[in-house]
Formats: sequence, C-alpha cells, structure tokens
Amino acid sequence: MALKIVKGSIDRMFDKNLQDLVRGIRNHKEDEAKYISTCIDEIKQELKQDNIAVKANAVCKLTYLQMLGYDVSWAAFNIVEVMSSSKFTYKRIGYLAASQCFHESTDVIMLTTNQIRKDLSSPNQYDTGVALTGLSCFVTPDLARDLANDIMTLMSHTKPYIRKKAVLIMYKVFLKYPESLRPAFPRLKEKLEDPDPGVQSAAVNVICELARRNPKNYLSLAPLFFKLMTSSTNNWVLIKIIKLFIQVLKYLGLLAMSKILKTHPKSVQSHKDLILQCLDDKDESIRLRALDLLYGMVSKKNLMEIVKKLMLHVDKAEGTTYRDELLTKIIDICSQSNYQYITNFEWYISILVELTRLEGTRHGHLIASQMLDVAIRVKAIRIFAVAQMATLLDNAHLLTGNMQRNGICEVLYAAAWICGEFSEHLENPMQTLEAMLRPKVATLPGHIQAVYVQNAAKLFSTVLKSQEGSTEGTAAQETSQLMIDRLPLFVQSANLEVQERASCILQLVKYIQKLQQKEVEVAEEVSALFAGELNPVAPKAQKKVPVPEGLDLDAWINEPPSESESEDEQPKAIFAKEEPKHSRSRHTEVDEKELARRREARKQEQANNPFYIKASPSSQKVYQESPGVEHIPVVQIDLTVPLKVPGLPMSDQYLKLEEERRQKERADKKKKEKKKRKEKRSGRGRRHDSGPESEEDITPAHMVDIVTEEMPENALPSDDDDKDPNDPHKALDIDLDKPLADSEKLPVRSHRAAKVAKSPVEDGDAENTPPSQEPKKKSSKEKREKKKDKDRDRKKSKEEKKKKKHKHEEKEEDLLGGEADEPVVQSEDTTEVVALPTSTNAETYILPTPDNRLLTMSSTSIFLFFFIEQKSSKHKKKKQKKEKEEKEKKKKKKHHHHHRHHSDGGADESVQNGTVEDEEPLPPMSNYCLLAENSYIKMMCLTLNHKVCDIQGNLQDGSQVVVSVIFENKCDSLLKSMEFNVLDSLNSKLQRPEGSGPHDGFTVPFQLPPGVSNEARLVFTVQSIVMPQKMKGTLTFIVKNEDSSIHEKLDFKLHFTCTSYLITTPCYSDAFAKLLESGDLKCSSVRLEEVNMPFHHLLARICFHHHFSVVERIDSCASMYSRSIQGHHVCLLVKTSGQTVSIDAKCDEPTLLGNVLDEIKQTFSQC
Amino acid sequence: MIRAILIFNNHGKPRLSKFYEHYTEDTEQQIIRETFHLVSKRDENVCNFLEGGMLIGGSDYKLIYRHYATLYFVFCVDSSESELGILDLIQVFVETLDKCFENVCELDLIFHVDKVHNILAEMVMGGMVLETNMNEIIMQVDAQNKMEKSEVSRACVCFLCVGLDWSCCMQYAGMCVCCTLHATLSLSLSFSLSLCMCALLLGILLLLPLPLLLFLPSFLPSCCCCCCSPHGPGHYTSTYFFLFPPHC
Repeated sequence: MALKIVKGSIDRMFDKNLQDLVRGIRNHKEDEAKYISTCIDEIKQELKQDNIAVKANAVCKLTYLQMLGYDVSWAAFNIVEVMSSSKFTYKRIGYLAASQCFHESTDVIMLTTNQIRKDLSSPNQYDTGVALTGLSCFVTPDLARDLANDIMTLMSHTKPYIRKKAVLIMYKVFLKYPESLRPAFPRLKEKLEDPDPGVQSAAVNVICELARRNPKNYLSLAPLFFKLMTSSTNNWVLIKIIKLFIQVLKYLGLLAMSKILKTHPKSVQSHKDLILQCLDDKDESIRLRALDLLYGMVSKKNLMEIVKKLMLHVDKAEGTTYRDELLTKIIDICSQSNYQYITNFEWYISILVELTRLEGTRHGHLIASQMLDVAIRVKAIRIFAVAQMATLLDNAHLLTGNMQRNGICEVLYAAAWICGEFSEHLENPMQTLEAMLRPKVATLPGHIQAVYVQNAAKLFSTVLKSQEGSTEGTAAQETSQLMIDRLPLFVQSANLEVQERASCILQLVKYIQKLQQKEVEVAEEVSALFAGELNPVAPKAQKKVPVPEGLDLDAWINEPPSESESEDEQPKAIFAKEEPKHSRSRHTEVDEKELARRREARKQEQANNPFYIKASPSSQKVYQESPGVEHIPVVQIDLTVPLKVPGLPMSDQYLKLEEERRQKERADKKKKEKKKRKEKRSGRGRRHDSGPESEEDITPAHMVDIVTEEMPENALPSDDDDKDPNDPHKALDIDLDKPLADSEKLPVRSHRAAKVAKSPVEDGDAENTPPSQEPKKKSSKEKREKKKDKDRDRKKSKEEKKKKKHKHEEKEEDLLGGEADEPVVQSEDTTEVVALPTSTNAETYILPTPDNRLLTMSSTSIFLFFFIEQKSSKHKKKKQKKEKEEKEKKKKKKHHHHHRHHSDGGADESVQNGTVEDEEPLPPMSNYCLLAENSYIKMMCLTLNHKVCDIQGNLQDGSQVVVSVIFENKCDSLLKSMEFNVLDSLNSKLQRPEGSGPHDGFTVPFQLPPGVSNEARLVFTVQSIVMPQKMKGTLTFIVKNEDSSIHEKLDFKLHFTCTSYLITTPCYSDAFAKLLESGDLKCSSVRLEEVNMPFHHLLARICFHHHFSVVERIDSCASMYSRSIQGHHVCLLVKTSGQTVSIDAKCDEPTLLGNVLDEIKQTFSQC
Repeated sequence: MIRAILIFNNHGKPRLSKFYEHYTEDTEQQIIRETFHLVSKRDENVCNFLEGGMLIGGSDYKLIYRHYATLYFVFCVDSSESELGILDLIQVFVETLDKCFENVCELDLIFHVDKVHNILAEMVMGGMVLETNMNEIIMQVDAQNKMEKSEVSRACVCFLCVGLDWSCCMQYAGMCVCCTLHATLSLSLSFSLSLCMCALLLGILLLLPLPLLLFLPSFLPSCCCCCCSPHGPGHYTSTYFFLFPPHC
C-alpha cells in the first residue's frame, strides 16, 4: 500500500505542470499544434487517474489550453470532479476552469447544483467566495432558480467579503430568473446602506444595471442615491487620470455634449463648427463621437450643409471602416425621424447616387433600401428618382467593377426595381429595358438578377403600351423579340429564383408574340399584370393584426385521443378508418359555376383584407395634382465637375438652389410683412426679420407627401412593442413597489423555516437581533420597525414591555397581511392546528413557499429541531382566536402550494399531474422536535447539510453532518463563554477545531446580549449510518448580570435518526426497475394498521419526514426511492387497502432498512 | 457590464482572456485577433477608448485599453461603465499584479495565468466590478494563497522540505515526494526515529561519490531542483539542489 503511494508520487513527478506546459509550448514554436495535441493526450491519461491532485493539475493545464483556443468541453465532467474536491486549492482550479468553459448548454452543469449549494454554505468563506465567482460566470436559469434563496441568505452573511459577492451575483440571478427580483429587492435595497463600502458599491452596481434598463421602476431610489453620492468616500482618482489624458478630455467633452444635446439641443448647436473640426481629428474615436453629436444636431436648416461637409470627408477618408461609418451616419442623419429634416428630396436622391460612387463599401444595401424607401413613400420625387435610376442602370458597368465582393451593386437592385415599378415615368423605357437585359447582368448576384428579370417584364409592358399606341406594330414585335432573345440567358441561371422568373416571363412573352403576330392588341392586358400601387407596410403591422374572435391556435382541432384507451389496439383502428378519407376525390368536380362563385368570394375577401394590395385608380391622379411638381428645379449639369457617373447631377447644386430659394422666400415674406405693416401700423407684432429664420419658416421645396405606413384597420395601439422580446432585461421590467404576492416567493431551502417556528413572543425577542447576526430572511420594513422599537423596549419595565410587544405584533401582523413579503408564518397557525406531533414532540410546520422544492431539490437538508419553546401567554391565545379565521384562509392557500410542490419536482411530476388538483389539500407537516430549555437560554438546532462524498464515491472521509444551532438568550443578562460539548461516540464525533483534544468543547464564537439570538454551525463526522445515533451533550455558559456572574449549564440529547441520513433523490422508473431487478437488495416489509388518511397524504408524509421521492404512483400503489449519504439505495413499494398500509422495502443494507421502516412506522403510529 | 477582459502582447499573443459572455473557442480567438488589430494600430498619444469590433457587439461596446511595455490590457465594456472608471480599474489591476508578482513582467503572466485569473476574480465578478481597493484585493488574494499553502504544508512534514518554498513541492500533485518517503518510514518507526533516518539518508547521500549520485536521482526529491522551480534558476541557492539536475 505504502509502496503504491510512493510509486504514485514518483509517477506524478513526471507529470507536466502548467509551467512545464507553457515552457514546452514556447520551445515548440514551429510545431506547436502537434506538441499541444500530445499534451492533450497526456492530460487525458492524467484525468483517468484516481488521484484528485493529478486531475486538478490536468484541469489547470486545460484551462490554459482553452485560452489558446482549444475546445476542452470534453473534460467538463472532470472539471466538476475537481470542483467537488474538499481542498480549496483544487476547488479553486475546478471553479476557474468551469467559469472559463461552462455555458448554458453544458449538460453537466445540472450535476453541480448540490455541490455549489454545499460550497455556498461552507464554513470557509473562500470556498463560498470561489463558488460565487464561478457561479457568476456560468449561472443558468435552473441554477438561478435553485440557488436564488441560498444566495439571498448569503447577502446577510457576517463577512463583507461574501456579502458583496452575493449582492453582485444577484444581478446575474435576476437576469436568468426574473421572478427572484421582487422578493430579493428589499434586501438589495438594504445593502445600499451596508456598513461595508464594498458591499455598498456592489449594491449600487447592481441597482444601476437594473435601473439602466428599466429606469422608471427605480425612481423611488433616487433620494437614497443622492445621499450616497454626497456621503460616499469611494473616490476614484479622477483628476489624476484626467491630467494624464488630454486627448481623453476631448473625447469626454464630446461625450458630455451628446448627453447635453438630449436635453438642451439649442445650446450645443452653437458649437457646430467646433464639432465639425473634430471630424478632422486624427483619432478615430473622437471622429466617431463627433459624428454621433452631429446626428443629434441637424435641423432642417443645417442638414444640407452638414451633409455636404460629411460628403467631403467621405471623399477624403482613407480606410473603409471609417468611410463606411460616415456613410451610415449620413444616411442615419438624413432619414432620422421619418425624414423630418429633409426639405428637398431631389437633393437627397442625388446624395444617395453620389454615395454609390464609393468603392468597396459594405453598405450598398443600405443605400438601396433608402432609395426604395424614398421612391415609394415620396410620390412627388418619383419622376426624378426614376430618371436617376435609369442613368444608374445605363452606367451599371461603372458600379460593378469587381462584382461579387463589391457591396455597392446592391444599389442596382433598387435602381432596377424603381425603374420597373414606376416605369410610366421613364423618358426612354426602351433604352432602360435594353440596359437591363445586357449580358453582363448575368454576373450580378442572384437576387439582383431576379429583380432585373421581373422588372424587365414590367418595363416590357410599358414599352408595349407606348409602342402599340403609336402606329406601327413592328416596333412592339421587335421588343418582344428582344425579350425572347435575351431572356434565355437568365433561364440558364444557376439561381433558382432567377431561373423560375425568367422562364415564366419567357413563356409569357412568347405567348404575347404569338398574339402580336395575329395582330391582337395585348398591351392593355399585359400592363394589367402589373397594375396597382404598392404601399409601405409598417414594420409592426403584422404584430398588430388583432386575433380574430374565436380563433384559438392552442386549441385542439380534433379531440386528442383519451389516455384511458388501451395503447396497443388503438393506432391500428385509427389508421384503418382514416385512410379512405385521404382520397383525392375533392379536386375532381369543380364546375364553372362553382369557380365563378369562388372568384366572387375571393374578391370580396380581398376587398376586406387590409393587406391585399388593391388597384387604386385615384392614387395616380393624386400624384398628377400634387402641387410640388411645378417646383422641381431643372437640373443643370455642370460639366466642369469631374463626374464618375456621367449624367448625374451633383448634390452641391441643390445647396445653391436651396439658398436661392430660401432667399427668395425670405424676400417674399418681407414684402408681405411690409404690406402687413403698412396695413396694420401697430408695432406690437413686429418681427425680427433680420434674425435667422426659425425652423418653421423653412418650407420644403416639394410638398412632400410622405405616405404613412399601413397598419391593419383595427390594430391595437401599444407602445411597448419596440423592445426586443429576446432582450433579457425586458424580463426585469418589474414593478418593484407592488407588494409581493404569495406565488412570487422564492423557493426556500428548508432550514429557513426556523423563523416559521417562532411564537409571537419569540418574535418579539428576536427583534433586537442585529441584522448581520441574524441570517434569517426579514423584510426591510420589519427591520425598520424593529429599530424604532428597540430603544423603547429596553427602557421599559417588563410588563410594559409585554404590552409593547403585543402592540408591535399587531403592527407586524398588518404588515404581513398587506405585504406578504416573506415566508413568515406566525406560529399560532402552527400550534393551533397541530395535528401531527412526530416522534420527538414536534410542532406543526407549514412549508412557507409555494415553489418550494424541498423534497426533491434541496435533498440534503433536514430539520431536526431539538427544542422549541412552547410558552402560552394569555394575550397570545386571545390573538389566536381573533386572527384564526384569517389565518385559516392563508393556510389553505399554503397547503395547496405545499402540495403542489410535492408534485412539482422531477420524478413524481409525471405521475401526479392531473390527478392531484382535485384531491384534498395536505395537512401541515413538520419535523420539529422539543428537547429541553431553561430560564436563561434556548437552543434550536437543525441538521443542515450532509456533506456527501465526492461524486465518484470516495468514502474515505466518512460522512459529515452539519448541525446548525441557534442560541437564543431569553433572560435579561448577558450570556457569554458558551461552550458546546458532546460526548463523542465511536460512531459519531464532533469535529473540533485543530489542536483541541477529544473532550474539549466547541467554544461558541459569540456572546449573547439579552434577547439576541445567533447561530453556530457544528460539523459531525459519522462513520456508520445504519443505526440511529444519540449523543449526550452539555452547553455551559456564564450568565453575567450587572453585579454578579453565574455559571450555568444545560444538558441536551442530540438524536440522529436513520432517516436523517437519507437524501431525497429523484429516480426515474426505468432506473428504479433496473435497481429492483439487479437482485442485490435485501427485502423487508412492514404493515401499518388503522391509517386514516388519504393515500396522497401518506405519500407526502413519507416524502417529507423520511426524504423519499415518489417514482411512480398507480391508484393505491406507489413506488418510492431514496438514497443514503453513503450511497445505499432504499426502495419502497407502498400499497393501501382500506385502513391498512403495507410497505415492502428493499435496500442493500438490511440494518439501515429495518431502522428506516421502524421510523416510518413510528411516524404513522403517532398520527 | 464588462463583457470581456483581454491581455495580449505586442504581437497579439493572448496572455489572459476572460469572457463574461459565452462564445465558442473559435469566436474567442477571432475576437482577440480583431481586438488586437483595432488596438495595435493606434498611436500612443491618442485616447484610450475606441468602439468595439464587430464580433464583440459593434459600437454599443467600447474597448478601453492601456498599453504597458509589451502588454495590452483591454476591457470591453458596455455603455453602463464609465471610461475613466475602467481606466482606473486597469491601473489598479496592473498595480495589484505588480505587488503580487513583485515587479511583474510578461513572463509572470505567461507562466502564472491561473494566479492572474485568481487576482482578477477578486476585482471583477461575472462582468461587474467587485472591488477597486487594491489593499483589499491583495489581502484576499494573500489569504487564499496562504490557505493553499497550509493545505500543502499539512502534507509536508519531513525536515528535508522544511524551510523551503512549498510551491516547489506542491506543483507535483499536492504532496512532496520526500514527505511520502518520510511517511513510509514512519509507518514502521516512531516519528523521531524516522526523522533521524531521513537525516542519515541525506548524510549518506552527501557522502556518496558523485557518480553514484547521478544514478540515484529518480528516487530523490528532484522536483526541488532549481531549474524546475517556478521562479527559474537562481531562486534556490541551497547546494543540495544543484546536485539533482535530471529534470531540467
């Protein structure tokens, strides 16, 4: 054995560590990939070894390789193994690796839930810290839901180090599990006033992130933030840095200006020249910022000027990225808020055309879409646009230098479409048609070719119309011939779309040619093919179509086959019956009348359909009458300007024209005003005609008729559909001021319920607990209440105190009623309705939350309340009666939730679904036990956690049980020097701090002032779990009064039942069946007589008290499963008939099984 | 929120990459390359902010970087982070590295990327700034390192290793080899006797002629030799360890 260890260690000496790996990679520069692949092979070998140290080393190396770009997801399971190591060194390596390479779709993540929970509750703060850090990187919705509550608890951890991490990670949890936001928010708010600045800044951080997305929900925090701002000492070394970066100041200045711009646009506009200068800066970041500013600065007045400057920059700019950026900015600036700043669309079109001269831009499609948009929506501009586009098409060869990679050819798409669609405005359609059918077009991208073909057809119809109108029919026939000659080129295209359209149109043209040869006039009919006007449809239109009444897409079309029917026979019958139905008889006889009728119906339907594009004869007329047309200036082509695209006007001319126009207008206005002044001689309404004209004075050159986007007729008005539904932050748009509803409470881990058990008097006592020492969940409101009362309470005498408390309780009661902020259930509920004392004299316990997944999820937690004070004072009883009714209501709700949670988790879900709803609600249950008390102190204790062995089943550590003990001071004196000691048995031992002897006690690391309670955690090591354990113990402490101090002690008995070693583990029925078949399990059975409860109560009780989960339930028979912390399987088959319940059980450890069955029997004998 | 933290050298070799958003390994490499191209072509005297590359999310994200000697420290952040704040954070990060590594240089980052990650984890968590106070960060990092060492030293009890920097033993699987020897010996002998045996063994080894020594090394704690130590040659001056060079 020892030799083996030595051999192992010597072997390990030859393993590479991270440094060796890095060194090796550096030494193999030329064949790095090969070297790394051998390293990965070595790592795979190392991962196969049992030694966790070797594994950790391998995982550490993998983390490095991951950074170099190697996929290491295959080692995910090994990473989980290393994470679950008990040593911090390895744990840290594991979590680092996980944070680097785990993500939501990593399937092993679900294995980590319990491990992480264990680490979160570890007594070592760095274990917790490292788990939080790791979790922040790979948290999934499932993890967030399961761990939200543990993290919430950590937010009030005693160590600020943990607190700040827990606060920060809450943001991630909110993102993944938005339901947790409302319950967690009060505590988050509390953390804004945390004594530790680190925690404070973490809370500010989280709330800022939250508020940034949905600011309106956080307005109420503004005063708090202001206070923080004025009082905070967390000084960033701003001035020092600012001095270092002058350049930076410029950047920040621009950034600040853009912020100002949003609120005070006027003040920034005066700095226009300065900002334009920034465009010349050599720093690209500054130029981009300046561009952003310009975007907000434009107005009707200065748009042309600014764009002209930008165009100059476009020409100058080297480097395509910046040029592209400029281009998009120009388009953004011009098109912002529905083109509101553009006064002259001809100018805009020519700007767009000029932009097409840019080589190698990626934004051809952007220009194209702008062209289309403007041409469609601004009717007045169409003639001009069509002319421009025709020129573009003619000169297409200039644009398509190196075709495929050049994005600018996208423009041709727009050009072709505009020419085709508005072909009636073309001066020379024949020429354009020829341009579109040039052989070179075949080199364009497929989608553009398709548009070419389609629009060639449209043009063809126009040409036909004009040619048929004018005498000779030969011209028309020649046109058809041209089409027939050229189209085959497209028919051969590899692009399906092109091919399809081309062959369709080719056939059409051939048919037309035939008709033409018979001298039939076809032009009218051909153009009828393309009649009608296209209107833009609003992007939201589809979404706004209201759902027709009575349409339910989720409803079954046919009744689903009922489940009760036997599965074997049913399908055949269905097929046999249905087959004949599918015959094609339908399509055979449709007579003429029927056809006509349908056509009519369709027309009717189309008339009513808002999306159907109707031919509207009026729209053309509207255009003709549009008053803007006369204003179109005649474009002079200045031949001195070097034009790359011949025949295209320069946008600059429009600037001049615009100036002239405005001057003229101004002159007109002056004249008018003079007239007016002559008429009205009063000086009251005098205008500053010398000053700059106001925005409204600039009239657009065209009467621009921007066609508004179409919406369905009965669209519902809403403003929130701009948001991306996939935006994770949208889910966090939650009203935080609303009181919490029951259903919103977080899934709570069971030990939280300590609070639940308290009687009102205890509650009063606990109120003096400082928040940092009290790990229990409390609403902020309650706390504030407490603070107020605290001082008063102390001063008053005892009797008065009682009264006060009474009052206070009522207040609190109100609070709970109005704002059910947390799962606090007053214990009156419990004591009144107790029906279920368990073996150790338990009080009834109501599971506090609906979503609680205690039984299946938090499998490791068990209640073992050793002691609960049962003090009955008169006023308490009165109150109970008063509020009984109200509570019963509450309770019902809760029971129901409680029940649901049983059926919620994993395995039993499928079984109980559907059936549970109508069964009666479960009675409340609890595992509380009463032990002892004295007049000084009260101890409450719960077994929190089993430290389960490593995933691979390493048992050498034995099993650990963590017991959390709450000490509560009941007297008026200070309790100190508390020492907790138990008599170790052979089997179970208290883990004592290093260096202390086997009989030393555990010194409780705090003192208790009057009325305060605090919690300590003790770890027990248990060797064998097959027998229940009892341990005797003593708590010694000193009661210190003002004048004297007394030494006191309290004896107690710690009882670990066999049940407490069981972990609720979900098990699927197939795995369960295999387990039973395997034959390794010993059998045993027990019979319970006179059990008066519904079967599902019985099951729930076994689940709850004995940590089983239901595998399958059929009528009055159910199989259940659980696992011990040392991996023993325990299977139960529970059958009921009348009042007799028989339980057959199988387990691989007969003693354990016997004890568990005895305990089950005991549970039921007591009810 | 911080989306990514990248450290690469003047040639674009990644020295640390931390993404707070999931990308595939390939995309991560492309992002590093892209960021390097964006950052490296900028002059020294221009500002430290620029817009993010296409891969990381375009202009909604800012790259905030600082250039120290051979290394670029780049933080990719969204609009909620203050530029100056992040610049300051980089400074704090670098100063912390400097304190933890004692005159940090690129080599430290190359060989101890895990430690750099651990330090970073104390500053930034899940993309949010956790702590900006350098003393606090160093305190927490030190405390954790101490814990690691204590875990190792529990295993290392033999006097051969006493007084040495444990990290040299630790890197070989968490337990020093000579301690294992020691443990074997102490199985049969009492503790003090086994110590004596160890001493004797060492004495014999030192007295043995050199050729025999060269034959023995595979059984000896050669991991302690100077060349294998993470701090490079010259860190351990003790003469024993020059005797066992076969690992280098």
